[in-house]
Order: sequence, then structure tokens, then C-alpha cells
Amino acid sequence: MCGIVGLLVKTPALREKLGELMVPMLIGMTERGPDSAGLAVFGNPLAETERKISIYSGLTEDGADFNWLGLGHALKEHLGVAVSIEPKGNHAILSFDVAPAIIKRWIAEHHPKLHILSTGRSIDLYKDIGTPAEVAARYGFAGLTGSHLVGHTRMATESAVTPDRAHPFTAGEDFCLVHNGSLSNPNGIRRMLEPRGIRFETDNDTEAACRFLEWRLREGDDLETALQKGFEELDGFFTFLMGTPDKLALIRDPFACKPAVVAETDDYVAIASEFRSLAHLPGVKHANVFEPAPEEMYVWNA
Amino acid sequence: MERLTFDLAAQPLRELNTFLHTGAKEGKVGHVTVLNPDGAHNIAVGLDCPIEVEVVGHAGYYAGGMNKAATVTITGSAGTGVAENMMSGKVHVKGFASNGAGASAHGGLLVIEGDAGLRCGISLKGGNIVVGGSVGSFSAFMAQAGRMVICGDAGDALGDSLYEAVLYVKGEVKSLGADAQYEEMSAEDIAAVASLLDQAGLDHDPKAFKRIASKRSLYHWNADANQEY
Repeated sequence: MCGIVGLLVKTPALREKLGELMVPMLIGMTERGPDSAGLAVFGNPLAETERKISIYSGLTEDGADFNWLGLGHALKEHLGVAVSIEPKGNHAILSFDVAPAIIKRWIAEHHPKLHILSTGRSIDLYKDIGTPAEVAARYGFAGLTGSHLVGHTRMATESAVTPDRAHPFTAGEDFCLVHNGSLSNPNGIRRMLEPRGIRFETDNDTEAACRFLEWRLREGDDLETALQKGFEELDGFFTFLMGTPDKLALIRDPFACKPAVVAETDDYVAIASEFRSLAHLPGVKHANVFEPAPEEMYVWNA
Repeated sequence: MERLTFDLAAQPLRELNTFLHTGAKEGKVGHVTVLNPDGAHNIAVGLDCPIEVEVVGHAGYYAGGMNKAATVTITGSAGTGVAENMMSGKVHVKGFASNGAGASAHGGLLVIEGDAGLRCGISLKGGNIVVGGSVGSFSAFMAQAGRMVICGDAGDALGDSLYEAVLYVKGEVKSLGADAQYEEMSAEDIAAVASLLDQAGLDHDPKAFKRIASKRSLYHWNADANQEY
């Protein structure tokens, strides 16, 4: 079992309150996912040539005391790249104006225990083990701003409880996915993708779905076509919620084995595994509340 | 008869259910209103006295489950397994219901004014279900006794491995499950549909429904079938 939550605000004024509205949603899914939690938030994109990466230092010896400033100096010294760093405990967001592969390669060589969570122009990502309330407090989720976000509370069934196996998973740039369910053919998907040069970081089944869909998008499919190929290739139980810089997308397996409910008003679209996580939202009593149908695509634009 | 109100924003659910299992049986309170259900699980489960419960808002999983004699009305939607294993009485959902509505109900009447999710009436054992909207796939799977009236459409594999439950559908059926077949509507069928629609408070022409029941070809093992049914 796991919990998923998603929130997309239509009213620009609500962007400032995105995190504040979302935290009770995430905490509402604690019973469905008490072991880990995480979220990806999408905000105004950086300039065309700039990129940012979210990094996790909890697996290094220094953990939350990791010397982020030192990392910034080292990148300047070795690569001549000016990097701006926003540390938040064992997470940090690095922004720079070069190809992200250069930075990521240097980090992999010099700090192999730093775990890169996301790359892009719009996405920031936080995930860790702990209850949703603990994780939300640790990274100040209530203060997050942006147009939309994708969150997850995990009760592990398919792989170990570790920060890197928490959700959301990302692949490529500015794409993330959270999953409630379990896939039955993740290894088949891996065997299909790995010879195409796609590298996996964990043994988690959700990572296979994430990398499969991102691969389709990179091959030129639009989101709807990629999701249709997902229905054809991904076997098992799933409710997937995905984020791109301008979209939130939801699909459920043909048996609708895993729940989802949507509440939509003029101000927002909110998605959760159960209504419990939507009950506090302003105006929800007059929202259009519905259950998304199995094997249908739901895509909302930010 | 007295009326009582429980506000789940201020009172724990256990307080409500404890009253419904104990105090309610004294017979002084005839009606209980439940405010701010906010999707909580197990609201008004296991009732066994003729009390009226009105849940104002959206209920979570298993609302009205195992109901006996009581009348539970939910003004919003209901989560997974509403009225599952109901024995008697009535559960009425004004909005939509999620998966497994009325699963294995032995008796009573479940009314869903909106749509029902997948596996509605799975393993029905004698209860009646009236759905004002459509039902999802695999509804009435292995349903053994009772009736389902579906005013909208049905998804895939309706009535798969059906026993003696009878289904009536007004709209389109995407596909019938193994061993389910269309049959002629008799005068008795029309009267049964009319009665159930009346009890549900829904207005449809009973003659517009199609009857689906079991072919009974799966009742006995057929060694010659070569796994093809």
C-alpha cells in the first residue's frame, strides 16, 4: 500500500500557498504509507541554458552536516562553474549555467555517495525515510511555492526502505512519477531499456515505469502517446501520478486495483488516494469530486 | 424519537460507532446525523438495530458495512466496500460509490444514485443493489443470490461466473462475463425491477431493462471442455 497526492493550482495567488495546502494532504496518507515520503514541486523555469539538480547527502558520512559550501567551491575550482546552492539539511538544490552532465559526472567521481534526485529547469525534489509529518517538517514542505506538485507516502512492498527507493522517481529532465501498486514485469522493462543505454539506480519496480515513460517522451512521443504505450507495456497494479513542467497526469490500471479520487474547483485540481487527504481543502464541499476511471488518461495543464 | 448529531471534526469516530452499537439499541434515538465524515473509514459499520443514520458528506472505506436493520444514508460519495456484507436494512449513497460496493451482501438494499466502481455486487449472496448510474468492470462476479438493477451502463465481464443472482441493465453492457447470458424479461422480472426502482426512489421504465442470468454451464465440471468456456 502507498498514498499518492497531487495538487495543481489554477489561481496564481495560490502558488504561494502550494506547500501549505499540500502538507495536510500528505499527512492524511500516513496510514497508507508510514515508512517514507517525498514530493516534487514544479515552479517557474530557469532560463533556457540554466539547470538545477536536487541532491541528497544522507548517504554520505556527514549526512545533514554535508559541506555544501565546500562542494560549491570545489565545482568552481575544478570546473570553473559558478554554482548557486540552496541547502536544506541533507538536501540541496544546485543551480548553474552549464550542461548538467558535466556537474553530475564530477559529483559522481568525487562524491559517489551523493544521490542526485532530479534534474531540470522547473523541478525540485525531496524524499526521505520517516513518517510524512517528519519528512514534511524536515524539509519545510509547508513553505514550498510553485504551480503544481506530486507527492507520495510509502509502505514498501517491492524493495527496501531507503531514501533512494522512496518516491517520486525521476528520469531525464523535469519528469517525475509516483506509484501506488506493484508492477509484475519491471525486470522485463529493464532488460528492454538497459541495452538502449538507460541506466537504473535502484531495484525498485517504479523506477522501471518512470524510465520507460521518460524514454518514450524523449523518443518524441507526446505525453498521451507515452501513457498509451505504458498501458500496453507495463503489467501489474498501478495508479501513477506524473509531473512535467506544465502538466499533471494520472492513470490507473485496467482493474483499478489502487484507488484515486479527484477534487476540482475553479482554483485547483487536487488528487489523492483517498478523500481523507482532500477534506481540508478550501471549498472542497462544493468541488467536483470524482473517481478517475481505469485505463483512462487524465491530464491537467498548469 | 430523539435525534442526535455527531460531528467527526470534533468527536472521534469511535464515539459514534460505540453509540450505534450500544446506546442506539435502547431505542430512544431514532435518527443520528454525522457531520464532517471527511472520508473516514468504517463509519456506521456493524449496526444491528433499526436506527436511521445520515452521513452528511463523503464517507471512506466500508461505510455501512455488515449493516443489519439500520438505514444509512450518505449524502456524498462512498469509498471502497460500502455496505459490504450487509445482512438487512438499507444503505443509500446519493453520490458515487467506489469499488466493491455491496460485496457479498446477504440481504438488505443498497442504493447508489451515481456511478459504482468496479466489482460492484461481487459475490452477492442475497442482497439487492440498485445503481442509478453505471457500474464498472467485473460487477456481480460470482454473484450467488439477490438482484442488481443497473440504470446506466456496465463495464467488461458483467456477471462473470454468475450463480443464481439476477441482473437487470437498462444501458449498454460492454461485455458479459463467462456463463452469463441475456434472457427474456417475464412479468415477474418487470414487477421486481419496478419494486426495486420504487424502493430506491428512481424513475425509470422497468420494461426498458434487459435480464442477465447464469447459463449454468459452469455448475458442473466438463472434462471435454478443454479449458474453453
